[in-house]
Amino acid sequence: MTLLSVRGLTKRFDGLTANSEISLDVEEGSLFAVIGPNGAGKTTFFNMVSGFLPSTAGSITFAGTDITTMRQDKIAAMGLIRTFQLVQMFQNMTVAENVEVGFHLKTRGGVGAALVRPPWLRRQEEDIRVKARELLDFVGLGAQADMDAGLLPYGQQRLLEVARAMAAGPRLLLLDEPAAGLNAHETDALADVIQHINGRGITVLLIEHDVGLVTRIAHRIAVLDFGCKIAEGTPDEIKKHPDVIAAYLGTETENA
Amino acid sequence: MTLPSSISTRLGQHGYLAVGGAILLGLLFVFVFVRGGYLLTVMQLAMIYGVFCIGLNFFMGYTGQASFGQNAFAALGGYGTAVLCVQYGWEPILALFASMAISGVASVVVGYPTLRLRGHYLAMATFALGLITYDISVQWQSVTQGYMGYSGIPPLGIGPFTVEDERWKLVVLMVIVLFGLWISGRLRNSRFGRALRAISTSELGASALGIRISHYKLAAFVIAALYASAAGSLFAHVVGFISPEVFGAQMVIVTFTMLYVGGVGTVLGPAIGAVIASLLPEIVRSTGRFQDIAYALVLILLLIYVPKGLSALFGIGRPRPAKTTNPGS
Repeated sequence: MTLLSVRGLTKRFDGLTANSEISLDVEEGSLFAVIGPNGAGKTTFFNMVSGFLPSTAGSITFAGTDITTMRQDKIAAMGLIRTFQLVQMFQNMTVAENVEVGFHLKTRGGVGAALVRPPWLRRQEEDIRVKARELLDFVGLGAQADMDAGLLPYGQQRLLEVARAMAAGPRLLLLDEPAAGLNAHETDALADVIQHINGRGITVLLIEHDVGLVTRIAHRIAVLDFGCKIAEGTPDEIKKHPDVIAAYLGTETENA
Repeated sequence: MTLPSSISTRLGQHGYLAVGGAILLGLLFVFVFVRGGYLLTVMQLAMIYGVFCIGLNFFMGYTGQASFGQNAFAALGGYGTAVLCVQYGWEPILALFASMAISGVASVVVGYPTLRLRGHYLAMATFALGLITYDISVQWQSVTQGYMGYSGIPPLGIGPFTVEDERWKLVVLMVIVLFGLWISGRLRNSRFGRALRAISTSELGASALGIRISHYKLAAFVIAALYASAAGSLFAHVVGFISPEVFGAQMVIVTFTMLYVGGVGTVLGPAIGAVIASLLPEIVRSTGRFQDIAYALVLILLLIYVPKGLSALFGIGRPRPAKTTNPGS
């Protein structure tokens, strides 16, 4: 079944066309990657899909619902959860609290409940505390749970962002260049986590610069260049695709 | 670390801080009670400003938004109380709640369009809100009595019980501040409070997790307005007199000082800041004509050496994790 369907998605900033007529389908349960050189329009594409940027033309359908003009928080509530290329940490909170914020969509209660603290709310707070620990253990940050999130090294902040996104109960997880700025060891740990997430049945849409990572873990890859989709296929097909090699991989495969 | 111990750590540290702060404040209040006189008035005003600051902290501290205009709602509370009590002979407690209700509605009406702005623009818009309210309170003489203001506002009370003794007034105000702090602490450590604090550092991150930013900003703004209104009403009842100047730009400056000296974004900071910033002028008064310079000097030193506010001092000597999970640090 197709979980995310993008048709003719276009974004123009004044004269510049950042995304031109991009169409792709992400199957439920798959691990889909979008790659492309810097400035190819990957993040623009991502921002439109997650509702952070209005599109100029085209449509986005998620789980059978048109989400093209939907507000970010409503898209998130449908189960489309994203992370950011520039980590958006809640610096003033602990690592565990960051994940607890992630449970926002999965919990309820406003001002009144917070003041009265009825039994169901206490149970809910207990519950998310336990689950937050589990998610931190899952990404390997269990030991840092009570640290200030802002004190985490960059690579761990990325993992924390993934754990936080997982707390929101995604059906589709959008990861925006999660390996950017990570060393080889951290990238391996991240690849492991992403594959485990996918193994739990969560569809993953990944934007990545690190071709090695992508060809290793993705089931299907779409390649963007100058705002257009120039190829789509399995990792093996993409590696051999002449346009892709010309545009991107030709200079990158040796060190990837 | 296992889960149960982490929970007990949180509660334990919260308790530790509350007790430490309470002892310090307690000693101070004992001194004020024994000494009496002018100091009582200073502390009464500190408590009233404290109520205002606890509310402002929701918007500026937890949510990280700038408002230079929350004094508008203090004015609404003060004048609401004055008009309802003096002109219509309402019960003070009813007038206080009625004014809060009016302020709440007004803050929704004003906040809905205003909170679309961010950063400096939001600061300017809210500042204008305070200035407009000031002008209204000066010009709309048939209701506000202009510069003359209102006098003869009855003291706080319910039915036949009125609080007229200066010491009792302070006790009542302290109870109200403690209640305000209790609400603040409970809300801070809840789903609601976490959403506010998430917004303060990353609106992008918060909205990607499904948090409706505009909704929560407005909620924090309204809470701040409710506290401000209550503070305005309390001022009217305790002092018995209000004028436009009471809720003017001076109030914005004073409450900002309190918030930052005490620790913006912490639970106890606003109350601690209100007490310290109210007492400080009295302490430096002994320096005679240099008192303004001395006051400014102390403030600058505080902001340089305790940038996170005095409530952060309670965190000294505690392990890092405790400090970060503690609502007061």
